[in-house]
Amino acid sequence: MRLEILNSGYTFGTKVLFAFIQLASRQPVPDAAKLVFYRADFYGDPMKNITHEAMRGPSTWSVGDRELMAAFVSKVNACEFCIGAHTATAIGAYHDEARVAAVLSNLETAPIEEPLRATLRMLQKLTREHSVEAADMHGLLDAGVSREQIEDALAVCFAFNTTNRLADAFGFFVPGPEGFESGAQYLLSRGYK
Amino acid sequence: MEEKEKLHQALVSRVLEGDGRASRAERRAAFDNATLTEPIHGLVSKVAKHPTQITDDDVAAVKAAGLSEDQIFELVVCAALGQATRQYRSALAALTIAVGDGGL
Repeated sequence: MRLEILNSGYTFGTKVLFAFIQLASRQPVPDAAKLVFYRADFYGDPMKNITHEAMRGPSTWSVGDRELMAAFVSKVNACEFCIGAHTATAIGAYHDEARVAAVLSNLETAPIEEPLRATLRMLQKLTREHSVEAADMHGLLDAGVSREQIEDALAVCFAFNTTNRLADAFGFFVPGPEGFESGAQYLLSRGYK
Repeated sequence: MEEKEKLHQALVSRVLEGDGRASRAERRAAFDNATLTEPIHGLVSKVAKHPTQITDDDVAAVKAAGLSEDQIFELVVCAALGQATRQYRSALAALTIAVGDGGL
């Protein structure tokens, strides 16, 4: 990473934890994990709280749907690390690689439920243009997406528009498929806390 | 307020108003993508609008200008949270209007 403190500026206890993670996963600790452990009271802890609530808290969107939203937002932002991490996690959650690949290659033709498609379309506009209008939300409500589902999707969008920017700014190392798979297993069993 | 909005507010309050190595005014300016001196302003703007274009040189220039790594860490975090927060608030406001328009 571009800041040396994010590579090596950790407390002894955190370094021990990283060593355990590395031993158990047989992969380097992902930079996304390192980031939230650096001076965790400043950013990592409060960010983990909202990210875990958005990705694993109560919602009528499935974990797979929310991981797909994360991968999709990351694709719109062209954030290589987060695309890899959340594509792998969405595939793991759905047990369906074709569904995830179809959405990421062409949202309009992907064989998915219309409320999910309409929601992803709105997240795409919000991520690209940084704002949406009441008319966009009317369209979503008319497509059968509930107010709560929209709020839940917006929290996912917030978390990944933040994380995508930090991944690119700090220069997260992009691992290979084994690294992403290992990270996905961790996120599916432990979440974001 | 919904749980996620509360957690969002707690996060934003912490990075902007809590203790830090960069001043509160600098953190607020980074969050708002408002006026800061160069070269930190250039880096903050890229975090907000063109994060994939950030290079090693952008970060090296800020270090060379005398900011510590901890200050850069904080200001980059604030810039990312600021842009994502503007998106989030725009969408929640649009949703509130849409739901209100529907007579709910």
